[in-house]
Amino acid sequence: MTTYLIKGAAIVDGSATDLLIRDGVVAAVGRDATGRGAEVIDADGLVALPGLVDLHTHLREPGREDAETVESGSRAAALGGYTAVCAMANTDPVADTAGVVEQVYRLGRAAGLVDVQPIGAVTVGLAGERLAELGAMATSAARVRIFSDDGHCVADPRLMRRALEYVKAFDGIVAQHAEEPRLTVGAQMHEGDVSARLGLTGWPAVAEEAIIARDALLAEHVGSRLHICHVSTAGSVEILRWAKQRGIRVTAEVTPHHLLLTDTRAESYDPVFKVNPPLRPSADVAALRAALAEGVIDVVATDHAPHAVEDKECEWGYARPGMLGLETALSVVRSVGLSWDAIATRLSRVPARIGGLTEHGQDPAPGVPANLTLVDPAATWTVDPAALASRSRNTPYAGMTLPARVVATFLRGSPTVLDGKAVR
Amino acid sequence: MGHPRTAGPAAGKTILTSAELARVVDRIAHQILEKTEGARDCALLGIPTRGVPLARRLAARIEAFEGNAVPAGVLDITLYRDDLRLRGTRALGPTSLPTDGIDARRVILVDDVLFSGRTVRAALDALKDLGRPRVVQLAVLVDRGHRELPIRADYVGKNIPTALTESVHVLLTEVDGLDEVRLEEKH
Amino acid sequence: MIRHLLSAADLDADNATLVLDTAAEMANLAGREVKKLPTLRGRTVVNLFYEDSTRTRISFEAAAKRLSADVINFSAKGSSVSKGESLKDTALTLQAMGADAVVIRHSASGAPHRLATWVDGSVLNAGDGTHEHPTQALLDAYTMRARLGRLDGLAVAIVGDVLHSRVARSNVLLLHTLGARVTLVGPPTLLPVGVDAWPAKTSYDLDAVLPDADVVMMLRVQRERMDDAYFPSVREYSRRYGLDAVRMRKLPEHAIVMHPGPMNRGMEISPDVADSPRSTIVEQVANGVSVRMAVLYLLLGGQHK
Ligand SMILES: [Zn+2]
Repeated sequence: MTTYLIKGAAIVDGSATDLLIRDGVVAAVGRDATGRGAEVIDADGLVALPGLVDLHTHLREPGREDAETVESGSRAAALGGYTAVCAMANTDPVADTAGVVEQVYRLGRAAGLVDVQPIGAVTVGLAGERLAELGAMATSAARVRIFSDDGHCVADPRLMRRALEYVKAFDGIVAQHAEEPRLTVGAQMHEGDVSARLGLTGWPAVAEEAIIARDALLAEHVGSRLHICHVSTAGSVEILRWAKQRGIRVTAEVTPHHLLLTDTRAESYDPVFKVNPPLRPSADVAALRAALAEGVIDVVATDHAPHAVEDKECEWGYARPGMLGLETALSVVRSVGLSWDAIATRLSRVPARIGGLTEHGQDPAPGVPANLTLVDPAATWTVDPAALASRSRNTPYAGMTLPARVVATFLRGSPTVLDGKAVR
Repeated sequence: MGHPRTAGPAAGKTILTSAELARVVDRIAHQILEKTEGARDCALLGIPTRGVPLARRLAARIEAFEGNAVPAGVLDITLYRDDLRLRGTRALGPTSLPTDGIDARRVILVDDVLFSGRTVRAALDALKDLGRPRVVQLAVLVDRGHRELPIRADYVGKNIPTALTESVHVLLTEVDGLDEVRLEEKH
Repeated sequence: MIRHLLSAADLDADNATLVLDTAAEMANLAGREVKKLPTLRGRTVVNLFYEDSTRTRISFEAAAKRLSADVINFSAKGSSVSKGESLKDTALTLQAMGADAVVIRHSASGAPHRLATWVDGSVLNAGDGTHEHPTQALLDAYTMRARLGRLDGLAVAIVGDVLHSRVARSNVLLLHTLGARVTLVGPPTLLPVGVDAWPAKTSYDLDAVLPDADVVMMLRVQRERMDDAYFPSVREYSRRYGLDAVRMRKLPEHAIVMHPGPMNRGMEISPDVADSPRSTIVEQVANGVSVRMAVLYLLLGGQHK
């Protein structure tokens, strides 16, 4: 295994230092770090972050390998600075058995570009009727700890209660896609001024907020951990703040796109802006940014959702919801003003802790697994959908110029990205 | 249509002054009377924009000389033009025909300038959809040459040989606030 | 002039007035023995109808043919993206055929906007989902102007299922542009969240609005809305929001009654009202051809190749 000496990188406390990476771990930190035969990486002016961790990725394999595979999604993740991603369960077949989660886990290992941590479905076939074999997935080789029916809400309150209770046996956590389905029948975009004008069926904020309130109370009642996926409204933020003040063990994520884009994007009827939950008005965007700064929202997760061309180059109403996110997340959160320390916290340290990914989310220190990413804070780049590593092209940021560029990513001491290019 | 043309002092060469223009209109009126046995059964149809006031003036002069009223109407040819693709959409104007129609009458089309002949061709097409005149004739204030179609005028106020780089502007009080004909270099 | 007509909001007051004035000239020509005009000879107009609407299709077809355009009816009824050709593939076919204009009717809001990004010709929205139907609004405005002599300052009540109505959306935008004052009337369930941002007033009380209305436009209300709990029953709906002869007496003498069709007689409008002399329903159909001729002429005539 090659030894690397990263020279002059700024670690997030601001000071420039050298990092010696050997045998998969950070062997030494400091200006006096030296390694015989080490390959030197000039990191002058670069920022070293703990490798990013995504709690919410759709890799599409098995089932829609035309849109993304574990390998192509892993490559996109590495290029985005990630060293671990949690793969959502809404594949075909659904990841609702030990067999499927192990398959995804092995595909991730084989690709070897990031750690792919499968998420298990809460209910069989995401149908919201019967619990999947959560324990079997937890004890499988994939060691599943996060369970989610994402794409669907676990709408039945009794079933949600049972899931919250059941996963306590193996320190699991239920990640809820908060959407009361009876309030979003046929919904196409945020319900408000813009939907009224565009004649698109509205997705009311209350459909999200009602589920978050309900599930927070359920989690309190049964003493369980709850994670809320892709929080998108100011009202949700208020409920989360209240729940946290009450001591309820709830965590929450926000996506980069909900931090940057608003519902007026739908005016073009270009389904690249169709996503679930939908883009919201600017007041919600402002509340989400504030909640992230305050810590009411714990993490940024991408909800990277690749879709084949035919599912996006069509009428808005027929298009599938979702956006690419892995390769742009870091730049987008930087563009909305997060400090490097906040980025390390919200995109690495805290998501690793929530997901139980103990090898990830640690700042470089002697003996720590060498999962880290080097970022050029001064660089800018313009998003070109065709140049992305994902198999799909549905980025909402096409043509935008964004700050900060990932220069290198290391997974357990091996580079997955060097000079801004995937190593393989 | 009908945009008043600005009449700056340096805007080209005057071909007809107001008084000369009036004499030319009178001459056309006399020609019509001569060739049509006192303008019997005649109807004057002006082609917008400046053909319309010209037709009215001719009708008034004919009545003044001979005492018989000649109906003057309007023939809007916009929908018959073959240059829509090149010149873009124009607003439509009204077409108004004599109350007893144009069938079996002598229709005299009136326009300000005869140039390529395409306007007249469009007018003939429009006329064909409106009725069946006995004879169709053409009266123009100015013939500047450069025909692109086998069309000639029956009554010409003034022949003005021009270069293609020049343009002829007919100004009429009803539209432009003054009477004058000018020759300008195109920019 | 604009290139596409996707929304009534694409027309400013000058352009909207130009369409109505041009339509008036077109209507004059419709009285002649020879109705056909050579204006759009050699141009191709495609009627691309993903939704069954014989009335609208025939109206556009008649308009295009009177202007001598070649008309191709491309009926995609019943087809959806899931089966058969996608809208984009169809667009590329039409592009290859050299369509100068595509008239599109589609059940998905925004489909005409998508189409406009894929073809070079003009796109005319003939009704998209629950979004807009701009030529219907133009013919409604034309009808109001013809009957009442003006649009500026006119009080127009639009009554019924505003939430799902493309006619209402286009009418609100166009009438506002032309200076009319619109009041939207219906049960709160059928007025969209966000309607406050529209340039219109709203009311839940039809009887309170009628005495000051110059125009009352009754929207079609589908019975199936009852199943989604938008209102309790047809009987209750028509009692509260239907226009019958008794209620019509509350209108001023000069006021007119409009309906974009097809009507649900007995639901939003009673037969005696629909057939009364104050109803403009038959004129609306005739005016539709003149207005669509005007739109085709102005959009296609204005194209610079
Ligand atoms: Zn989700």
